[in-house]
Amino acid sequence: MTPIASSTASSTSDSGVFDDVVRSDSSLRRFLHGLPGVDQVGCEARAAGLGTRSIKTTAKAYAIDLAIRMVDLTTLEGQDTHGKVRALASKAMRPDPADPSCPATAAVCVYPDMVATAKQTLGDSGVHVAAVATAFPSGRAAMDIKLADTRDAVEAGADEIDMVIDRGAFLSGRYLDVYEEIVQVRHACGDAHLKVIFETGELQTYDNVRRASWLAMMAGAHFIKTSTGKVQPAATLPVTLIMLEAVRDFREQTGQMVGVKPAGGIKTSKDAIKYLVMVNETCGPDWLDPDWFRFGASTLLNDLLMQRTKMTTGRYSGPDYFTLD
Amino acid sequence: MSRIDVRKTYKLYIGGQFPRSESGRSYVVNDAKGRLLANAAQASRKDARDAVLAARAAFGGWSGKTAYNRAQVVYRIAEVLEGRREQFEAELRASEGVSPAKARTYVDAAIDRLVWYAGWADKITQVVGNANPVAGPFFNLSSPEPSGVIAVVAPRGPLLGLVSVVAPLIITGNTVVVIASEDHPLTAITLGEVMATSDLPGGVVNVLTGSVAEIAPWLASHMDVNGIDLTGVTDADLAVELEVAAADNLKRVRRPAPGTDWLAEPDLDRMTRFLETKTVWHPIGV
Repeated sequence: MTPIASSTASSTSDSGVFDDVVRSDSSLRRFLHGLPGVDQVGCEARAAGLGTRSIKTTAKAYAIDLAIRMVDLTTLEGQDTHGKVRALASKAMRPDPADPSCPATAAVCVYPDMVATAKQTLGDSGVHVAAVATAFPSGRAAMDIKLADTRDAVEAGADEIDMVIDRGAFLSGRYLDVYEEIVQVRHACGDAHLKVIFETGELQTYDNVRRASWLAMMAGAHFIKTSTGKVQPAATLPVTLIMLEAVRDFREQTGQMVGVKPAGGIKTSKDAIKYLVMVNETCGPDWLDPDWFRFGASTLLNDLLMQRTKMTTGRYSGPDYFTLD
Repeated sequence: MSRIDVRKTYKLYIGGQFPRSESGRSYVVNDAKGRLLANAAQASRKDARDAVLAARAAFGGWSGKTAYNRAQVVYRIAEVLEGRREQFEAELRASEGVSPAKARTYVDAAIDRLVWYAGWADKITQVVGNANPVAGPFFNLSSPEPSGVIAVVAPRGPLLGLVSVVAPLIITGNTVVVIASEDHPLTAITLGEVMATSDLPGGVVNVLTGSVAEIAPWLASHMDVNGIDLTGVTDADLAVELEVAAADNLKRVRRPAPGTDWLAEPDLDRMTRFLETKTVWHPIGV
């Protein structure tokens, strides 16, 4: 604990509320395992129930525009090229070239080596550049490499860093290691915002999702994010519900707001609207803002645009009229 | 002790599945004497949208199959239909009130029509394709390609009419969303059961039952539909409205065909109307 004491002090959670909790591995474990258990059946039923709300006409138009503004337009493939990232960045600034009233997305999300390219295209458009760092997606690398990865991305101009936690350490109960890792990466981020990816598909239980959420928030995460998109299942409604409850409870306790980002597997406007309903019903309208809720997605944007076009033209649109990426 | 009737629920046929209408609606279908025959699902615009999605998803695989393979599949539909001919004859007698002999004629003709079109699968390219003479050192070859997703308003003949409009489209590699005859929808769904069990990939043919005036405009204006066949549209004003809506993305349109004799041997027009011509220039001697 001692080597990183200084970086701990610089995190957002330096108000001292959790000083006792993070003093030792055992106190941290006591706190995390003392969190109330998740009622699995109740949680899934609640998530499914919220998914049945009917959102139509003007409310739907509002929801679709809001969802577009919340999209982190993502490309995280080994085959990414500079050209593809430039195309994606152009799309993020102007998702529907035929309709100037269509809002821009929140950010583009790329690997660190593509940050400079994305930044160059986006300029001062207001669309952020998010970079996945810390040996994404597995998180299996030495600490100094993860930190160097993060610093590289920030120096290249990344506004947001998406880090992955060490799931192996988390699942074997070494919570303090995970905590310290997040704190150090947060420190390496400087002014960039930090999103912490749990890879909920690997955390096995809902209880673990709740624990990981609190752990990351105590360590100073600006955002907590479900998945890398590389593991199935990725984002689901129940998992996101647990994370939303965690950020709500965290604000009640500390007064600080933390954002939530479900990522992976959200492909249709209908899905996206279900998430927005859940955000509003769980956390309230404060979170209905791109600063506090994001979608990590690539194909979702096209479906949102097709639905938007359907609402403005009154006829069904088709994938031929939108770019593939 | 008398047995309780097991009544059949007629649903839609979309993407290889038999879902109820998303809207939850159904409508009463009467037999020729005006007595209740069954309830049929009344499709909504969202069912039409789902059907187009299914047809689009199926298009790549279906159009990519060899012509020989498509012929086998369509021939297989004829085989399975032959095996269930009593059921179709009984349905035709009940819904249209035709004589047993007439019903047999229609079922025979429908099966023969499928076999006839199955034979065309690997011949249509030779007939409508061409090696073009050009003034230069090139092979210049034109070959037909399927247009894509075709919406069809089926004519009144519940079996023969439906087969006669759907078979020529799928044999060339198109995928189809068909609105069955509004008055006689039941046979169309039973035909869907035949198609579902004859190696036809899900989504190649999708059958909607319900109001043509309600569903057809959504298909005509749909930007992801490549052609529309108005054969079964009886209302002239609606036909004009549909043609206008279809112009937005330059759909191929086939106009209504009242008074067609479905028992007569068809010409090639039903196949060629929804084909695009691809022309390739290939240099010689390089």
